[in-house]
Amino acid sequence: MVDQLTGRLREVLPDEAVITDPVRLRTYECDGLTYHRATPGVVVLPETAEQIAAVVRLCQEFQVPFVARGSGTGLSGGALPRSDGVLIVTSRMRRVLSVDLDARLAVVEPGVTNLAITEAVRDAGYYYAPDPSSQQICSIGGNVAENSGGAHCLKYGFTVNHVLAVELVTPDGDIVDLSAMDAGYDLLGAFIGSEGTLGIATKITVRLSRTPEAVTTMLAAFTTIEGGGRAVSAIIGAGIVPAAIEMMDALAIEAAEAAVKCEYPAGAGAVLVVELDGPETEVETQFAQVERICREADAFEIRVAASAEERAAIWKGRKSAFAAVGRISPAYIVQDGVVPRTALGEVLAGIDRLQEEFGIRVANVFHAGDGNLHPLVLFDDGVAGEGERAEIVSGRILDLCIEHGGSITGEHGVGVDKSRYMPRMFTDEDLDTMQLVRCAFDPGNLSNPGKVFPTPRLCGEVPVVRKGPHPFEAELL
Amino acid sequence: MPQDALAKTGVTIRPADAGDAVAGVQPTWVALPESTEEVAALLRVAAEHDLAVTPVGGGTKLDWGPPPERCDLLVDLCCLNEVLEYAAGDLVVRVQAGITLEALNRHLAPQNQELALDIPVPGTTVGGLLATALCGPRRFRYGAPRDLIIGITVVLADGTIARSGGKVVKNVAGYDLGKLFTGSYGTLGVITEATFRLHPLPPHRRWVTTKTGPDLGALAVQLARSQTEPSAIELDWSSGSPDCTLALLFEGASAASRAAAIPITPQPETSDDPPTWWNRLPDGPTLLELRVPPGSVGTLVREVTSAPMTGHALRGSVASGVFHLAVPDTRRLPALRDRVEALGGRLIVLSGPDGGAGRWGTISALDLMRRVKARFDPDRRMSPGRFVGGI
Ligand SMILES: Cc1cc2nc3c(=O)[nH]c(=O)nc-3n(C[C@H](O)[C@H](O)[C@H](O)COP(=O)(O)OP(=O)(O)OC[C@H]3O[C@@H](n4cnc5c(N)ncnc54)[C@H](O)[C@@H]3O)c2cc1C
Repeated sequence: MVDQLTGRLREVLPDEAVITDPVRLRTYECDGLTYHRATPGVVVLPETAEQIAAVVRLCQEFQVPFVARGSGTGLSGGALPRSDGVLIVTSRMRRVLSVDLDARLAVVEPGVTNLAITEAVRDAGYYYAPDPSSQQICSIGGNVAENSGGAHCLKYGFTVNHVLAVELVTPDGDIVDLSAMDAGYDLLGAFIGSEGTLGIATKITVRLSRTPEAVTTMLAAFTTIEGGGRAVSAIIGAGIVPAAIEMMDALAIEAAEAAVKCEYPAGAGAVLVVELDGPETEVETQFAQVERICREADAFEIRVAASAEERAAIWKGRKSAFAAVGRISPAYIVQDGVVPRTALGEVLAGIDRLQEEFGIRVANVFHAGDGNLHPLVLFDDGVAGEGERAEIVSGRILDLCIEHGGSITGEHGVGVDKSRYMPRMFTDEDLDTMQLVRCAFDPGNLSNPGKVFPTPRLCGEVPVVRKGPHPFEAELL
Repeated sequence: MPQDALAKTGVTIRPADAGDAVAGVQPTWVALPESTEEVAALLRVAAEHDLAVTPVGGGTKLDWGPPPERCDLLVDLCCLNEVLEYAAGDLVVRVQAGITLEALNRHLAPQNQELALDIPVPGTTVGGLLATALCGPRRFRYGAPRDLIIGITVVLADGTIARSGGKVVKNVAGYDLGKLFTGSYGTLGVITEATFRLHPLPPHRRWVTTKTGPDLGALAVQLARSQTEPSAIELDWSSGSPDCTLALLFEGASAASRAAAIPITPQPETSDDPPTWWNRLPDGPTLLELRVPPGSVGTLVREVTSAPMTGHALRGSVASGVFHLAVPDTRRLPALRDRVEALGGRLIVLSGPDGGAGRWGTISALDLMRRVKARFDPDRRMSPGRFVGGI
């Protein structure tokens, strides 16, 4: 099937945009979750929405599945290709199409990196707020698909709160705009976070935010993780919404130190990075409060960034944390669970027990303000059985999150990695209802099949859809 | 007989009267369920007996939108009015859909927290707010209802109970039905519970009010750009007045000093209380919502105010570009819609006659919306005809 399709793809795309060379195909065999791999049947590198629409229509004609891929930094296997399908890569769609500062928006192609948007408007005093740690590489199309967050989403929200419109190629191959401006169902809200299962975003209108007048970043070191946790609760309890509150435990600090020499205070059992931003007067008041709260929670050292360089130095350890654990462990799993902030302490204690029970180390890095944990489960893939035990620990951590009323993923998505956990969080009715949306968009189940949902819902007959105005509408005029 | 089957659910049922009419269509029965399960039982009966259903909250906006094609059963959620779970430390609350926003915020105030949505219509319930997705002034800062809802429970036309989201602020597991149902006007199912992200109550609030001419485009852009971070920038104008009134709200510990620092001459008035028109919809036989990109606010305001007709009243956010305009009659609607759409915006007729202009304006994804409706409510029994494209 794919072979026949490939010939037809060459009719709608330039030759060099259709990749069939096995060596080149292999560069696309996984995303950031490298232990799921598959060589795509064929890869295409379109440059326009029309080309994507033509490819998708061919996929419909041949009943071949297709998968979108941005930069391939996803951590849940969302962009895992299909060997019987087409991988549609947006890396040639990297133009910022327009910027309108008066309207505070920019229109960009899906392959544009997250950071490139901010770079295009920074000098004018604006930025694009959601800031995943992968922002230098990840694409805005991928961000839309995953509803990506970042350290600053505690105050500013996620991708879904900053995207005003998406032009998409539907799984039927039509080009449609989903816009917050239009009346009707919030399909934009449903599309964002749908992980490539409802079509392919080809143009994205993002909201730009004004650069805050003041930013204060501080690092507070605690001897214990409980101390850090108390400080977080007290900050929130005081009615302060910092731009970010990030926490790292001793093992994560050790890794960051080994990797990037971040020079966090020696002997810290936990560090907290708190960033406040906004109007100068507001930040000053809140800063004084946060500092007092940290001292009351027994912070033994507090550093405040006096310059952009010092701010970068404080963030360096945190931002490098995922990669850094590579320095202290041959292999690791990045987990992404969420718990209500007030349950953080109990869940961390539970993770400690799991470490002991299975003899597996876990380094904890988290967005403490919103309870989004990124436990890094460390193992040695050279030691027989360790990988399996690490998998178990990783799964048990998700169970802990669910037991405490949380979620199996805060920002990395379900993808292939977590679809099997979905039934622990949702009932069959919940999942079937969600899939009604999928059936509306993609009754043939060709758009990134096998992701998000553990079992596809059979969509059945396409219901009769009434077109044109409602018969009564004319009478009422 | 549907009546017997409805009675068997154990839910309080009463015959409907003229006061229960939905945009002029009188239902046969009104049901007063007290739980999600009771709503599901009612909807199963409705499915068996092919009854058309309209959910109602406070009933404040039942005359909004076009009338339903048919309405047999009104599901009144007024008895589903409890706060189910309130975790102040997590800034999260889970409520039943029939609770009013006023009651909810009274519940949250002792912990110095609020659901940061302004409700321009008093008596609005959480369900009604979500179904219509109405916003007030502070949308500029905190977003719309869809931005603050983090979990939802709905009952579908066949009685299926489904949940999505949860009670944590950050969560990307599965599709977001909360967003899909927000603004769905009761046409996809009945919203019975919702979970929201809360905000701390700001220690101080300060309003700044000033008069300006209708050429306020540059000023609007400048204010929205201001790093003093106003929470809202609202305009009020009515025919007969040469000037517009602008009011800005500042919130936070330093609200007063930021309010004093805004670059407007002559020195504007400041107050601890909002102007009387704040967070109120303008009054008139037909109420429109005008949405334009913030960069086109100046043009819109100039055009609306330069050709006033008696009884015109305009209110809304010069920062977000969302306005409400009350008009005495509908003659100019088609021309106004053309203008608004040419500016990249949309004109929606929220209530009152639309004079044949149509209520919703251009919708690119209408076909997809019809397909969603056909999947959720294949028999067209949930508020049929109340929404876009006759959905
Ligand atoms: C070191 C590191 C740090 C990270 N930090 C964060 C973080 O802080 N916060 C966070 O949220 N994530 C983080 N991530 C995860 C990842 O970067 C995000 O999920 C990102 O949004 C993926 O973008 P991408 O372009 O790489 O997408 P891909 O990995 O290429 O694709 C991701 C998903 O999006 C779909 N997709 C891609 N493009 C489109 C399109 N145009 N239309 C429709 N679907 C599409 C794919 O099918 C797939 O399902 C991190 C990853 C790494 C490696």
